Amino acid sequence: MNAPHWEHFEHEADIGVRGIGDTLAGAFEQAALAMSAIITDVSLIEPRQEIKITCEEEDQDLLFADWLNALIFEISTRNMLFSQFEVSINDGRLKANVWGEPIDVKRHQPTVEIKGATYTELTVYRLQDQWIAQCVVDV
Amino acid sequence: MDINKLHRISDYQWRIEAVNGMHVPGIIFASKDLILDMDEKVYEQVTNVARLPGIVNASYAMPDAHWGYGFPIGGVAAFDPEQGGVISAGGVGFDISCGVRTLHTGLTVQQVMDKQKQLADVLFKYIPAGLGSTGIFHLNKKEMNAMLNGGARWAVERGLGDAADLERIEEHGCMQGADPDQISDHAKERQKNEMGTLGSGNHYLEIQKVVEIFDAKIAKAFGIELNDIKISIHCGSRGLGHQIGTEFLKSMVLSAKEHGISLPDRELACAPIHSKLGRRYLGAMRGAINCALANREIVTHLTRQAVKQVFPDTHLDLLYDVSHNTCKLEQHEVSGETKNLFVHRKGATRAFGPGHPSLPPALREAGQPVLIGGTMGTSSYVLSGTDESMQLAYGSACHGAGRNMSRRKATRLWHGGNIMQQLADRGIMIRSPSMRGIAEEAPGAYKDVSAVVEAAAQSGLSRIVAKLEPLVCIKG
Repeated sequence: MNAPHWEHFEHEADIGVRGIGDTLAGAFEQAALAMSAIITDVSLIEPRQEIKITCEEEDQDLLFADWLNALIFEISTRNMLFSQFEVSINDGRLKANVWGEPIDVKRHQPTVEIKGATYTELTVYRLQDQWIAQCVVDV
Repeated sequence: MDINKLHRISDYQWRIEAVNGMHVPGIIFASKDLILDMDEKVYEQVTNVARLPGIVNASYAMPDAHWGYGFPIGGVAAFDPEQGGVISAGGVGFDISCGVRTLHTGLTVQQVMDKQKQLADVLFKYIPAGLGSTGIFHLNKKEMNAMLNGGARWAVERGLGDAADLERIEEHGCMQGADPDQISDHAKERQKNEMGTLGSGNHYLEIQKVVEIFDAKIAKAFGIELNDIKISIHCGSRGLGHQIGTEFLKSMVLSAKEHGISLPDRELACAPIHSKLGRRYLGAMRGAINCALANREIVTHLTRQAVKQVFPDTHLDLLYDVSHNTCKLEQHEVSGETKNLFVHRKGATRAFGPGHPSLPPALREAGQPVLIGGTMGTSSYVLSGTDESMQLAYGSACHGAGRNMSRRKATRLWHGGNIMQQLADRGIMIRSPSMRGIAEEAPGAYKDVSAVVEAAAQSGLSRIVAKLEPLVCIKG
C-alpha cells in the first residue's frame, strides 16, 4: 500500500489537485495539501493557528468541491495559508481541524490566489484499497 | 484538435456539424495552425455548449480558444429566453467581468524611460497586488450594496474615479438590474477588503509603448499615435465574483434535473433564464459586473495618484474598458428578426461595430475599441469592432493570447529571477511580490498573441488598429 500523498495534474489554463489516501477523509486531506502547494512550498507554512471547518453534502464529488471551496474562503478572508488537515466524514457531514498561519508575502512568495474549485475533472472514487479525490482549481 | 472533424467554411472559419443532440452547429474562428494547436477539449466543449437548451445560431469559439470549464475559454453563445434559453454560471465563469482598460498618458517614451524605475516602484507601492494584499477602502454593508448597484459610477460618486470615464465603460460604468440581495454574505465577506486590488495570476498593470499603427483613421479616433505611452489594467471582480460563481455553479448543478436539463458536463451548470434561480443568478452576476467595474475604476484612481507622484501635470484619460466573462442581454438580428438574447462571453470580448448605440459619440463612427492583453514580454493590441463581427458572432472577438502550457510546466522550465533579468535586458521592468508567480506567467507559457489577433482580423471579427509593447509591468 502506498502512503497517503498528493499530486498536481495538468490543465491548460489552470491546475488540477489530486489527493490519495487510505480513507476518503485521508484523500480529502491530501488534496487540501495539494491546493496549498499551488500557492507556496507547503514546508514553509507553520501550523501555528487552528481553525475548524464543516460542510454537509450528500453527493461525494460535490462534498469534495465544497471542502476545497470552504478552504479557499478561509484563505481569502483570513489571509492565511494552511499546511495540516484533520478531516472526518460521516454520512456526508465533513468536520475538519486545519492548521496554518497568516500569509507572509516575503517568506511564502505566494504565486497565485485560488478563485474556486471547479467541477472540471471532479471525481472521488475508490481504486482497490485507496481513495482518490480530484478536481481542477481556477487560479 | 483534429482538423478532419471540421468543415472548412473559409481559411479562418470552421464548422462542426450539429449532430448527437447538438441544437446548433459549432463555429471556430481560427487559422489552420491555431486549430491544430487547440486542445481536443475545445472541440468537446464547443459541442457540449451547442447541446444547451435555447441556444441560438451556433456555439462559437474565438481564435484564442482553449480548454476551460464547461464552456471553452474563448467561447461565445447566445440563448433565447422565449425558447427555453438558459443562463449558465459555468458559462460566465468564476472571475465575473474580468476585463481590461487602457488609459492615455500624454507622456513620451523618453519621459518614461528616464523615470522607468521610479514609475515601476511607485505603481507597485500604490496598487495592491498578489495574494493576501488588501485594498485601502473597506466597505460596510450599506456601502457594499451601493457599490454592487452602482459599479464604476459608485466609485466616481465617492471621489475614486473621473466622471468622464463612465461613457467609455460598457454599460456606462453601471450594469442595470443588479440585485445585491441575491449575493451571499460569504461573497460580500470575501470582497470587503479587496476593493481596488489587482489580484494575481494573469492580472497586471502595464505601462506600454505604441510600436505600430495598422489603421491610422481608427487609431486617430481612439487617440492613439505611434510612440504614445498608454497604461493598461487587467483585473476582475475579485473574491466576490469568485464566490458567486462557486455558489451558483452548485445550485445550478443541483437544480438541473428539476428544470429538465441534462448536463453533458457538470461545469455547464445552468438554469432557464425565466426560472427563479436563473433570475437570482442574473441579479447576483450583474452585481459582480458592477464590482469588477468599480474595482477597475479604483485601481485607475490609484494609478492616477501614483503617476502624479512622478509627473504631477499628467492626467490619465480612459480610452475604453472591456469585460471578458459576462452574460448580457443584447438585441441581435436573427434571420431578419430582432431578438433579445442573453449572450455569454467566456474569455471573449464584446466587439460592437461602428454606429452601435452603446458607444459614446466620439467612438461611434470607428467602432468599439477591443483591448487584447499580451504577456509581460510580448505585445498587446488594440482592435476595433466591425459591422461584420455583429453578423459573425454577436459582435464578439478574442480576449488575449491564451496559455499554451500549464503553470506547473512553466515553473519547471523557468525561474522568476531569470525571467525578470531577461526582460530587464530588453528594457522591460517587472515588479511582483512573487518570483514563482513571474515564472508561472513567463511570456513563453502563452501562445503567440500576434497569430491570434491576425486570425481575429482575417475572420472579420475585428480590425487591427495598433500594437503596444510593455515597458513596465506590475504582476499580482
